[in-house]
Order: sequence, then C-alpha cells, then structure tokens
Amino acid sequence: MAEFFLELFSEEIPARMQAAAAEQLAKLVGAQLAPLSPRDVVAFGAARRIAVTATIAAEVPASASEVRGPKLAAPPQALEGFLRKNGAAREDLVEEDGYFLLRRNLPSRPAGELIAGEFAQALAGFGWPKSMRWGQSGAFTWVRPLRRVVCLLDGAVVPFTLGPVSSGDESEGHRFLAPGAFRVNSAAQWREELRARFVIVDADERRERIRAGLRAAAEDKGLGVAEDAGLLDEVAGLVEWPVCLIGAIDPGQMALPPEVRELSMKVNQRYFATRDAAGTPAPYFAFVANIAANDGGAAIIAGNERVLRARLADAEHFWAQDRKQRLESWLPKLDAVTFHAKLGTQHARAGRIEALAREIALALGADAAAADAAARAGLLCKADLVSGMVGEFPELQGIMGGYYAEASGEGDAIAGAIRTHYQPKGPSDEVPSGVVSAAVALADKIDTLREFFRIGETPTGSGDPFALRRAALGVIRIVLETGLRLNLMPLVGAEVFDFLIERLRVKLRGEGKRFDVLNAVLDAARDDDLTRLIARTEALGAFLASEDGANLLAAYRRSTNILRIEDAKDGPHEGTIDPGLLAEPAEIALADALEAVGLEARRRLEDEDFAGAMRGFAALRAPVDAFFDHVTVNAAGAELRRNRLRLLARLRDVMHRVADFSKLEG
Amino acid sequence: MQDQKHALSFQDIILALHRFWARQGCVILQPYDMEMGAGTFHPATTLRSLGPKPWAAAYVQPSRRPSDGRYGENPNRLQHYYQYQVIMKPSPAEAQELLLASYREIGLDPLRHDFRFVEDDWESPTLGAWGLGWEIWCDGMEVGQFTYFQQVGGIAVDVPSFEMTYGLERLAMYVQGVENVYSLRFNDAEGPRALSYGDVFLRAEKDYSAHNFEVADTDMLMRHFGDAETECGALVGRGLAQPAYDQCIKASHLFNLLDARGVISVTERAAYIGRVRALAKACAEAWVAGEKEHG
Repeated sequence: MAEFFLELFSEEIPARMQAAAAEQLAKLVGAQLAPLSPRDVVAFGAARRIAVTATIAAEVPASASEVRGPKLAAPPQALEGFLRKNGAAREDLVEEDGYFLLRRNLPSRPAGELIAGEFAQALAGFGWPKSMRWGQSGAFTWVRPLRRVVCLLDGAVVPFTLGPVSSGDESEGHRFLAPGAFRVNSAAQWREELRARFVIVDADERRERIRAGLRAAAEDKGLGVAEDAGLLDEVAGLVEWPVCLIGAIDPGQMALPPEVRELSMKVNQRYFATRDAAGTPAPYFAFVANIAANDGGAAIIAGNERVLRARLADAEHFWAQDRKQRLESWLPKLDAVTFHAKLGTQHARAGRIEALAREIALALGADAAAADAAARAGLLCKADLVSGMVGEFPELQGIMGGYYAEASGEGDAIAGAIRTHYQPKGPSDEVPSGVVSAAVALADKIDTLREFFRIGETPTGSGDPFALRRAALGVIRIVLETGLRLNLMPLVGAEVFDFLIERLRVKLRGEGKRFDVLNAVLDAARDDDLTRLIARTEALGAFLASEDGANLLAAYRRSTNILRIEDAKDGPHEGTIDPGLLAEPAEIALADALEAVGLEARRRLEDEDFAGAMRGFAALRAPVDAFFDHVTVNAAGAELRRNRLRLLARLRDVMHRVADFSKLEG
Repeated sequence: MQDQKHALSFQDIILALHRFWARQGCVILQPYDMEMGAGTFHPATTLRSLGPKPWAAAYVQPSRRPSDGRYGENPNRLQHYYQYQVIMKPSPAEAQELLLASYREIGLDPLRHDFRFVEDDWESPTLGAWGLGWEIWCDGMEVGQFTYFQQVGGIAVDVPSFEMTYGLERLAMYVQGVENVYSLRFNDAEGPRALSYGDVFLRAEKDYSAHNFEVADTDMLMRHFGDAETECGALVGRGLAQPAYDQCIKASHLFNLLDARGVISVTERAAYIGRVRALAKACAEAWVAGEKEHG
C-alpha cells in the first residue's frame, strides 16, 4: 500500500465553493483510482487550496480480459471495425463457437501511471461552478489561477501537467505570515508544516477555532455571541489563520433597529452580533481576521470600527428619511413597481391582498374590527418595497414595514401583521399567530399561488422561479401549526388546492410520516379543512399502528378480495342485508356490530372525534375474526351467499366512511 | 492607524501609484477626455483588452455616477470621483503580489492590516463584459476590485487581462483616517497652499447634483442619445472603432443622466441598457477586425 497525496494550490477560492470542491475531489479519487482500491480518503478545502489524501495499492493488479467480436461469418468490415476499436491485430484473435474472441492478459500497472494518466485527465475537467482562463492558462480553466500542484506517491513526485502547471512537491503557507515555498513529503508532514506556517487546513478545525475564539473574545466583555451557523461556515472559508477580535459599535447607532444593524454587519461585513447576559443586543461586534498582526490587532480593530460606523451611518440616513413619511403615502409609488409583467404592479397586488385578507379574517371568525385591521395590513404590507432601507437591504422587507407602520400610528395589530406577513420564510422560521397576522400572511401567499397558477406559471420539475412551493408550504404550516379552521377550496380553487395537497404529501414524507394514510383519508372525503384532514390522518395512522388496526386492515383486505372475485361473477353485491337470512351466530354478531359501529362512527365523525371513531372500529375485530373463522361466505344457497357478500360490502362501506383503506400500503 | 498625520495626501497617493505601476512596465496614461461611469470604459481597458497584442497601462479616470449625487451632504457618496485603473495583458502570474506591493507603497502594511480577497464576480451589462476576481478588503473595507477579464463587448477575450480598480477617495480616507471625504487632504497639509478635497470639489458636487436630478434637459438628452447611437453605427460601418466607441461612451453617460432624472421606467431601463450593449458589441467587433487587419 502507498500514501497518495494531492494538493491543488490556487489564488483565493470563493468560500461558498470550498466544501463542495473538497467533496468532489474525494469522489474523483474514489472513482478514478478505483483499480487501486483507495481507502481512508480525506479531502480538505481552504481559501487557497483543495487537497486529498488516501491509501492506495502500489499497482493496478494484472488481469485477464475477454472481448467477443463479430461472427466468423460476418462481413470483413465488421472485423476491421472490431480490431480498430480494440487496437488489436488479426493474429491476436482466436476463433471459438463461431465467433472471434480477443483474449488479453493485462499486465500489472504502477499506480503512478494511472494517476499521471487517467486521473490527471479527469482532474482537468474538474467541475467548478464558475471557472476562468488567465494569462498563462491557454484553454485550461480553473476556479481562479492555479499556481501549484503537489502530487506525491509515498513522498515521491508523480509527474504530470495540469493546464500550465507541472506537478511537484512544493506548497506554500500563509500569504503574509510565512511567504515562500516549502517541500512536502507526506500528508501528515504537510498538515503540520502548514500549521507552523499559519494555515489551518482542516475546515472543521478552523470552524471550531473560530467558534471558540469568538466566544472567548466576547466573554472578555462579559458578552455572548449570537449564533449564526451559515456565517460561521462562510468566515471559516475566508481565512486560513483565524484570529478573533472584538470591536465597539458607536453607542448612538444602537438606536437603529437591531435587524437593520445586524443585517448590515452580517451581509456587508461578516461580523457577528453580541448579546448581553439578558440576551439584548450589545454595543460590540465580533469578527475574524486572517492574521496575527504585529500590533496585536489594534489597527485592524480601529479600521473595522470605522468601516462599520460608515455603513451604519448610511442605514441611519435611510431610517431617518423613511420615517419622515407615513407608510400609506408610499402606496402610489407602488404603481411604478412591476410585480410580474402579466400580473400588474405591486399596487394592484396590494389591493388584492387587502380584499383577500379581509375575506380570510372573516372566514376565521374575526370580528369587524379585526377584519378591518387585516384588510388595512394587507393593503400596506408591500409599501415598504419603495422605502430607502428596503431598497438598500431587500432582506428587511416586511420588518421595515412593521417599524414604519408603528411610526405611522397604524397600531400594533397592523404593524405586527405587516412585520410577519412573509413568514414562514424557511423551514425553521416561525409562523405568524393571531387572526389578523395569520389572515394577512395567508392572503399574501394565496394571492401569489392563485395568480401564478392563473397565468400558467406553475412549478416544473426543474424550477420554481416564483417560489410557489414555499408559498404552498407556508399556507400549510400557518393553518396546521396554529390549528386554523378554514375551508380552502373557495379561497384557492381546485387546481391550487391539488397543489397544496401535493405539497402536504411531500411535507409528511419529509417528516417520515405515511402519506398513503393521507391519500386514504382524502379519497374517503375530499376535505379542504387541512386541520381536520390531518386530525383524521393522524387518528387513522395511530389506529393502523395498533394491533387492532393491523388486524382489521387484514380483514378488510380479505373482504375486498372476496368481493372483487365474486363481484366479477355476478356483482355488485350491494344492498340491504336481510336479517332473516342471517343463520350462523357469527354472522348475526357481525351484522349487529356493523350496525352499532356504523352509527357510532357517523356520530363521532360529525363531532370530529376521529380517535373515537377509530376506537369504535376496534370493536369490529372480534366479530370479523369470528365471522371468517366460522362462516363460509360462498355458501351453497344463492340467497345465503348473496346476503353474506352484502355483509362484507357493508363492512367495506362502513370503513370507507373514514378512509379508503385500499389506498394503504404495506 | 500608524501616524495618520504623515499619511500620504490624496495627490501623493496618485503619484505613488503612478510610480509603482510605471516600474511594472505600464504606460501611464492621462484620463480619457469623455464623461464615463467607470475607469473600465476607457478605451485603454475595453478596446485594448481585446485582440492578441500585449498591453499594460495605468491611469486615473474621473468617474461620473449621476445618481450618486448627494448635494455635497453625504460624507461617503459623490457623483464625480476618481478611479485608479490598471490593466495588464496577459495577466501576469504575480498579479496578486503586485497588487499587495502597491498597497504597501501607499502606507498599508499587510502585516499590520487584514488584507483579504473576497469573491466578486464582476459584470458590466452595458459593456457586455464579465470577469472573475475579488474585492480587496483591508480591515473590512473594500479598497479595490481585482478582475481577470473573460469577455468584453460580447467577445470572449483572446488573452485574459488583469484589471485592478482602486476607488481613490475611499482608499485615501482609509489611509488618512478621515471619515468625511471632503476633509481629505488633497495636497501637502503643511505646504504653502494646503487644500482639502472639499476646497476642490464641494461646489461642483452641489451644482452637479442639481443638474443631474433637477435641471438637465431630458428631451435634449434623449435626442443626444439617439444621435450618439446613429453616429456610432455610421462609424462602425467605416471600421473606425475608437471614434465609434466614443459615441458608445457618450450614449452610456446620457443614459445615466436620464436615469438620474427619473424619466426611465423599469421596463425601458433594460431596453436602454440593451441598446448601449449593442453599441459596445459593434465597436468591440470593429476593433478586433481592425487589429487582425493591421496585424
């Protein structure tokens, strides 16, 4: 076995691409070096390099191959083609069973040959999201100029060229703290030498160092750092030698809304926000430099503080300017903002949301005042799109509208509904609560769904440019998580409702729940009240998981199988059961039980006591089992047989009141 | 910041950059004599980045962004400012090192400051140009933009160039430790006639802001846009690439003025940008054809 090591050293690789590139490199080793049985494959991604190490066989073992060629009787062109394709001569072939055969013994092949050959070739086609040419690259492309390639097999260079670069054994450490090249002889020595040269090459280690460093820097001021995993990942890709520092925020700028300040800090500067012991935003920011500066970081901190001051001064300007006007006064400006070429302006959209929010609020049982508030919030919810702040930071849409509604004296309910009307924005985002906020958030999403479906801009397998799936999931989550009782069909129409159900299935599957149960329930009753639909589904799911449930399902299947066969002969076997024909005690008992359970189920379903209805079904188990044990369905007498088949049909129909059990899998 | 009182003046920064890039073999050009939005528009960058011939130049280019006018009231925004622009074709292998050396030259020591190369994919829709590179950050401040050109005027470049743009005012504010652009020391503060950036430009910022936002005659601007477009086409037809390109620069600036005056709707905006891009493309093609012809 031998140690394989490869480092591709380049100019700075975008942070967001490093992890995926390291993964791709590991896969490439797995696939291209497969004949060398690679194991212990470890890949690295950092700001100026991707690298991989693996244990591989020293050579590709010898092997024999056999390729069948054309028939002996085939025209000579076929034979020529076969020889050309395989680079073989006529005398290499043997004749067997009427065919030409090419038998070859492939000798063993040194690992270096495979690496410098097929592997290096595959490397040249490495899939960067965006790649480029540079002054020396010719037609070769890489994410940014490729400067060095280190490729070693047990410490010895495997020579090949990648674009304009020849492989060697020299790498580099930190750009400023340890300039110049150093020699690599093993993966372990490379890692240690890099550490001595101020590069932490392992992304997880960098991330952990940053996490701990930020915490320590904040603790010095008695503060904590606001968690932000995405930012942490990004910063870990921007530095090779993380040094965590803390800077002060101008106290006057703490008057800005925290969302504004912290978004500017994060998006523009990659700073982390801090919190005091009570969890309130503190006037400090934590950040990560890529260098242990020779003045202990004083100039770096002073510089970053100054940059942030200027950034926030910009934000303060918008905050002051925007609040000089009432939110309402921006509405006419929405006429100039196109929502979608076929769907008119944002103003038109606001008008639709206004009407829809009122309709939904009333459907949810809101009083007149709450319905007015929902309509008002619906009308105003897009007004902040033309504010200076949202122009600068589109991510703050909604949030700024909430602040500006407050400043315009619109009242808490309206401001709150505007603030949260885009929610939930993602799977971990909260849903708005309270009838006014829920109505506006639903109106926003339902309007989007309705309108885009109307013009035929529906999601396809490959794309969902208007985020309709997210809107649908938003509707589902708002309804379910706040337990709203709302008939969606009149609001959304059949096509959008089907889309909602499809998303509901995907959601259930994602949660590891059985979506066949949902299908079964939906087929029994096309319920457009999602809260009730899910209650039914959950009750049925729980019942099926019980022993009674599984047993009853088996009995159901037995009954429907018999019915299918017998119906084909002389069915259907529907109609009233004739009590006079019930002979055996077991069939009398089943008929009685069906009568009782049927009534009970109907009453419970009307009361929406789905668990109760299911519990009632459990009472069918014993009589059903007894029936199949003691009663012959296909009895000799035609009337008797027909009556017993009707009994089974009745069992099926009673069960179908809750769900179409035939849709269940497993 | 080390001894900011003795930091370079605004003009000394320009002189230091000139000396530095001249040593690297760049021709030091003077600003192009037309109004333009960025140093990239200078034909020394756009046209010369096309074709196979080697090229290296550095120059200061006054850049006009009519919509960024703030009547002299915003300490960070100007409708007229200076870009320092470097172009080298082919891009040298040591481009990053050269760039960092140029920052050392004006007093920013990379062992004391935090220099970073942060992903930035540059694109100019009006020029039909794009490239990959970085924003250069110093202590969290963007002090320059570094691009390897891949396409210009809709044409994939023969040989990728390295383009570096320094925003001179912002860089000088950082070097001098000043928080208001108008307080920048333009020349030697202890010399016989010390002048600030405000002494030189404040009046102009006020007047041009009024011109850009309130006064400029939009009918006339639209007419001129059409004239420039027509003339550009006629000149391209005669193979006169650079004079044609002058008309393209003109059209681009006229569009920016119209945009600042708020008379271009969102839908029209894309159409105007498309018209300028078409001119840039035609000029670029004419330039490349001429280069091949003249060998």
